[in-house]
Amino acid sequence: MTRHPLAAGLMASHPLDRLNTPSPAISGTDVIARVNRRTGLSLLATLITIALPGAANAHDFSIGDIRIGHPWTRATPGGAKVAGGYITIENTGAKPDRLIGGTMEVASRVELHEMSVTDGIMRMRELPAGVSVPAGGRVEMKPGGYHIMFLDLRRPLKQGEKVTGTLVFENAGRVDIEFQVDAMGSPGVPGGHPH
Amino acid sequence: MNMLKLIRYGAWAIVAAIVFVAGALALGWWQVDGPGRVGVSAGGMEIKGLPQIGGPFTLIDHRVDHRGKTVTERDFLGRPTLVFFGFTHCPEVCPTTLFEITTRLQKLGAGADSLQVLFITTDPERDTPEQMALYLQSFDPRIIGLSGTREQVDAAVLAYKAYAKRIPTEDGGYTMDHTASVFLMDRNGRFAGLIDYHEQEAPALAKMRRLLAR
Repeated sequence: MTRHPLAAGLMASHPLDRLNTPSPAISGTDVIARVNRRTGLSLLATLITIALPGAANAHDFSIGDIRIGHPWTRATPGGAKVAGGYITIENTGAKPDRLIGGTMEVASRVELHEMSVTDGIMRMRELPAGVSVPAGGRVEMKPGGYHIMFLDLRRPLKQGEKVTGTLVFENAGRVDIEFQVDAMGSPGVPGGHPH
Repeated sequence: MNMLKLIRYGAWAIVAAIVFVAGALALGWWQVDGPGRVGVSAGGMEIKGLPQIGGPFTLIDHRVDHRGKTVTERDFLGRPTLVFFGFTHCPEVCPTTLFEITTRLQKLGAGADSLQVLFITTDPERDTPEQMALYLQSFDPRIIGLSGTREQVDAAVLAYKAYAKRIPTEDGGYTMDHTASVFLMDRNGRFAGLIDYHEQEAPALAKMRRLLAR
């Protein structure tokens, strides 16, 4: 974080402040009170706009040389027994590593899968060797490719909640993570398309 | 003498080659643009010669108020229909497709009320009537869950020239590979096209509107 949100908020002046110049009938103290209220409101708005992307940035986890970015999944239909979790993995180290498994609080098992839709046919395969992340490399697990498969869901996943679990890397070891549950059919990337 | 013979054979060979090429051209014209063409009818509107997709099936209706009633393709004639093969143990394609159909039906509004959507499970062993009913509660009520015996489901998959295959997993379980496209069937039960899984929103909606207008 380069700017302190409070400082940014105080510096921001609302464009409407200049348009709504107080009428002559209002006393000086009134004006100050009004300006203060307005500054307070714009400060609040600024804080919110800064806090939102900040929350997304904060949704990162790391263990050793492995950085895990924005774990997310989707709300599931009623009775669904499976869900797919998505993350980005960055290996900042000099040695390759490999995501080999994990656990989820809401699922009895976790597997690593790759899916594809080719010539109109959806195929899904387990990745028994896991997902390798080259030294200094980055792997994106996203819809239409790799996913962390949650099996035997104990309950449906609801939009807006967070579900906890762990991921296990061959070298870096085990790390606790939290998946954000997005809407069903969510593309995951802002402004993107699920496909 | 020998030279003359050689020239004569050569000449005949050239004639044969010309005749062959001319014949091939004529045959090609006849099949593509000539009277032997398939694909476009006299009116130029209706596409013929499409693969025979869709056909007789016997399945079980899993809607709550239809409790296990046996249905055939004839029960769905008279209204345009979308057909999608899937299964509920499906992490991405099936919920996404059903969700997209749900939002597209909403976008089409009352104009889509005549449209019926069939979600045919390729996994009748796990997709029990209760499971199908529960699963489909999360989507548009116009989506009808159909299942059947393994034989009935396989026959429906075959009728739609679709694909479904059980793939064993290491833990002794299995997953299903299956056709991820949505079949568009007109009110007479004739194949009218596909919505691909990767189809963008605008063309998908246009295809549904065109199907409703047929």
